[in-house]
Amino acid sequence: MATPAAPTGGARNGAGPEWGGFEENIQGGGSAVIDMENMDDTSGSSFEDMGELHQRLREEEVDADAAAAEEEDGEFLGMKGFKGQLSRQVADQMWQAGKRQASRAFSLYANIDILRPYFDVEPAQVRSRLLESMIPIKMVSFPQKIAGELYGPLMLVFTLVAILLHGMKTSDTIIREGTLMGTAIGTCFGYWLGVSSFIYFLAYLCNAQITMLQMLALLGYGLFGHCIVLFITYNIHLHALFYLFWLLVGGLSTLRMVAVLVSRTVGPTQRLLLCGTLATLHMLFLLYLHFAYHKVVEGILDTLEGPNIPPIQRVPRDIPAALPAARLPTTVLNATARAVAVTLQSH
Amino acid sequence: MLKRVLSCHNSPHVFAGLSDISISQDIPVEGEITIPVRSRVREFDSSTLNESVQNTIMRDLKAVGKKFMHVLYPRKSNTLLRDWDLWGPLILCVTLALMLQRGSVDSEKDGGPQFAEVFVIVWFGAVTITLNSKLLGGNISFFQSLCVLGYCILPLTMAMLVCRLVLLAEPGPVNFMVRLFVVIIMFAWSIVASTAFLADSQPPNRKALAVYPVFLFYFVISWMILTFTPQ
Repeated sequence: MATPAAPTGGARNGAGPEWGGFEENIQGGGSAVIDMENMDDTSGSSFEDMGELHQRLREEEVDADAAAAEEEDGEFLGMKGFKGQLSRQVADQMWQAGKRQASRAFSLYANIDILRPYFDVEPAQVRSRLLESMIPIKMVSFPQKIAGELYGPLMLVFTLVAILLHGMKTSDTIIREGTLMGTAIGTCFGYWLGVSSFIYFLAYLCNAQITMLQMLALLGYGLFGHCIVLFITYNIHLHALFYLFWLLVGGLSTLRMVAVLVSRTVGPTQRLLLCGTLATLHMLFLLYLHFAYHKVVEGILDTLEGPNIPPIQRVPRDIPAALPAARLPTTVLNATARAVAVTLQSH
Repeated sequence: MLKRVLSCHNSPHVFAGLSDISISQDIPVEGEITIPVRSRVREFDSSTLNESVQNTIMRDLKAVGKKFMHVLYPRKSNTLLRDWDLWGPLILCVTLALMLQRGSVDSEKDGGPQFAEVFVIVWFGAVTITLNSKLLGGNISFFQSLCVLGYCILPLTMAMLVCRLVLLAEPGPVNFMVRLFVVIIMFAWSIVASTAFLADSQPPNRKALAVYPVFLFYFVISWMILTFTPQ
């Protein structure tokens, strides 16, 4: 916009040759003292001066308008020159500040590079660690090495979730307050993280030399045995087979974990406490997973056989008095036989 | 000096004269090259803002359709990775979740997956696999990986359609075998398709480590499809 400010002070564009000399003096807006001096110097008559002054002002306005029009054409968004620039700069600065803050927060919290060294494994290493998790080592005199990685344990937990889901679907488990997937994930991750933390706490009390990462890795690899047992017994519903696998496979992986912990703990009481707790929890978890998530299969088998007869019952039965004596034993015998058969089947 | 030599040779064989050019060692060959792009940027911005909605939708749908073709016939190409978009995965996920609804208000047999459950499984599973592949040293970006995993659900969605049609017939072991066969084929197709796109971004000796969680992910989705029974 045109600035009709100080008379000669505003002459930026339209300065003629006689004013050109002191233009650099009044760049910053000029002061009245300099102007008055220069006005007196240049000409005698004040009337002529005023005429020239008005001429200059009009030229100034025209030039300033032309300049503003030019600037408008050059503007990308077509906003009016100075105001447009100011608001654009403010918006730009706000955007930059916001972007900087967001990227700082992101790099602080979402920095997955913290976890990168724990995933630095080769497939051959993972395979060998899986096999080693089933082999208990007898040497307990000095601390056994535990690989501190998280890829294997994490994948084993996810595999257990998938197997659990398969087991729940096969047995038509009904979860009332929640979903199948949520239950499976909650159970497996809860066990891995919760029991690891609990055993780490006990290890701290018992002065065992083990870090949290090592405990997570140890327990994670110990779930390999659980995966195998559940995978087989969710498909072959024989209870005897399950008990055999529970003792054998579950026992082997528990023994391995126990051996590692014993090698890192000093003192018989501490060893007993730590290893006893871990063994109990690990074996009981396998029992729980097997029985909690497919016990409805027994119900289906029962309904296929006949009326729902509970396997163990010690309720006195009313013997109908109207039955003839000869038929009584056979009725009782049939019912007993059926109950026995069902009991045998479910165990 | 270089410019003078070049301007003298206005023959059709432009490069013939370059054979005898020598640059003396004390002349620094450096400078700036600026390509004016402002006008092009201005054009691009206004063209997508002012076009009609139909044009925008058709363009996006065509891009999604092209990527579907790439998934169905997996070749080693970069299209899915280069112009990633999440429209396709969203459409597939919503379709799958809608088809897995039981449609019954029977609260007792509520064991089937709800809409939110399928959604959460697909998206959090994809995020987990992406994080895993990044941590293993892959050089693929977060959204590219989400895009590939989402698009490779297409074979399983087609399997779901087939299963729903087959379930209209009478139930029985034959029914189950047909559905099992279809789901297994589509499951293998999904894994092959996603491996074709994702395997190149991993270090060569760790491909198996990155593919295993993808296998688990599609296994869970296949299992949900196979055990679906409308009551």
